[in-house]
Amino acid sequence: MKKKKKTNDGTSVNSWLVRRPIQRWFPLFILPTFICFMIGFVWPFIQGIYLSFCNFNIPKDAKWVGLSNYAKAFSDSGFGHAFWNTAAFAVVSIVLINVIAFFIAYLLTQKILGANLFRTVFFMPNLIGGVVLGYIWSMIFDAILKNYNTYLTSNATYGFWGLVILVAWQQIGYMMIIYIAGLQAVPGDMLEAAKIDGATNAQTLFRVIIPNVMSSITICTFLTLTNSFKLFDQNLALTGGAPSVMLNGGKVNMTELLALNIYSTYNINRNYHGVAQAKAVVFFLLVAVLAIAQLTATRSKEVQQ
Amino acid sequence: MKNKQYSLGSKILTVIFAILSVVWILPIVEVLINSFKSNDYVNTDAFALPNADSFVGFANYVKGVTFGNYPFVKALGYSLIITILSVALILLFTSMTAWYIARVNSLFAKIFYYLCLFSMIVPFQMVMFTLTFTASQLKLNTPYTIPVIYLGFGAGMAIFMFVGFVKGLPLEIEEAVAIDGGGPVCTFFMVVLPMLKPTLISVGILEIMWVLNDYLLPYLVLDRTKYMTIPILVQYLKGSYGSVDLGATMAVIMLSIIPIIIVYIFCQKHIIKGVAAGAVKG
Repeated sequence: MKKKKKTNDGTSVNSWLVRRPIQRWFPLFILPTFICFMIGFVWPFIQGIYLSFCNFNIPKDAKWVGLSNYAKAFSDSGFGHAFWNTAAFAVVSIVLINVIAFFIAYLLTQKILGANLFRTVFFMPNLIGGVVLGYIWSMIFDAILKNYNTYLTSNATYGFWGLVILVAWQQIGYMMIIYIAGLQAVPGDMLEAAKIDGATNAQTLFRVIIPNVMSSITICTFLTLTNSFKLFDQNLALTGGAPSVMLNGGKVNMTELLALNIYSTYNINRNYHGVAQAKAVVFFLLVAVLAIAQLTATRSKEVQQ
Repeated sequence: MKNKQYSLGSKILTVIFAILSVVWILPIVEVLINSFKSNDYVNTDAFALPNADSFVGFANYVKGVTFGNYPFVKALGYSLIITILSVALILLFTSMTAWYIARVNSLFAKIFYYLCLFSMIVPFQMVMFTLTFTASQLKLNTPYTIPVIYLGFGAGMAIFMFVGFVKGLPLEIEEAVAIDGGGPVCTFFMVVLPMLKPTLISVGILEIMWVLNDYLLPYLVLDRTKYMTIPILVQYLKGSYGSVDLGATMAVIMLSIIPIIIVYIFCQKHIIKGVAAGAVKG
């Protein structure tokens, strides 16, 4: 991978014929994107780090307060609760989504009548926005729970598993597509060889197929992990964090995940703007570390096999 | 003849999957059913089919399009304007930038590329508050100017995918064009861009799915008294929970889903291919 990149870079450096004229068109090719990237990402990111150390309503009236926003963020029991909630949610949904998606993909790549139609159906929920999905499922869960004289936002357990079901329904189709692509790339002669050698279906699955689709497994676990940590729309629309209880003198929204907690902290009042931004920085570090750790961990496993 | 290819086991699987598929679309069917019932019946028994008492025909749809003081058509229009402008802008500019990065390989290009990779792991929550201030200062808070923000925040993934593809293109073709006297603009639009078509489709589909369904960015950035998109409208209707007409809301949801499903049925091959290609690159 690295080697290939190097040789490619080499050709582009040597090809003055192509390189020089493009460089003269710098203002057209790269400047518009770069300016938008500055406005839409770089500047807000830098300002975000700065403001996490300030008390502010708007950036103009920012007053430096040092680490006190971070101290407040870490002593907020709602933030801690949201962290554990998110972690539990991530573990459950990563396992559930990947196992089911792989299983469906495995069966759909066998000779099955109507496999394309089923694939189309399972992928469909991905095209609908998170807010709309949340609303649809809150209606359904409430209709089911009505039979037991209760409702979705009455109990945090309902909200948690409700969100798991919603996200599984949405993402299984997406991961299934990636697994199908991976499974179709497994060399046919390898499968044939296994068959000739008298391997059972289970042996073929675990010894031949799964090692060959490790890269798909990497991609899917990575995607489900970051998706669960960044989840916002569905969380907001399904329960909005309800129910809430008083805990250690602070209000804790029981079904809130991290992204929603940051958002609702900002909306308490202007004194919490800095705290919300500090939480956002912590959140960013967490997502970045997880993403990098997860990628390196699964990549090294790939090499071994 | 053809049936002989399928073994008994696979026929059983077909039946199982057929049942599972029906279960899979039940939530949507549920919305459809309830969009034809009057509000009281949605509340009392959401799973029942419409009957003589509860059936209201298209009344919910008529009510839904003018519901909540904000016409549905207006929100749909803004959603489409934002999506089309943003995705067109992203495809045009990031593909140009990716070609520049892949071919020029200067220090600036390298730094920009690594910044793009970095931006892919930054969650939106990190920049959302400050982005809101910047956007209103620079008057990027209308449906016609918000594409600038989508280009800025969405550039990372698009550039990453395009650079990966451009690096696989043979340099000889571009050299041949240069020898024949073609300038970079000509080379890019006449030669490179046509070769990028599969990636353009992939990136385009992923970006459309993102922008069209995005809630938080337009919610925070846009001037909400004037502009709402479909996700904002749906959340706005849900906000008045309890007092809201559930039947009419289901009609609004149905209206927002139907165009997507129709497009999906016709383009499902491209969409599924695009997602698979995008994931392999990512």
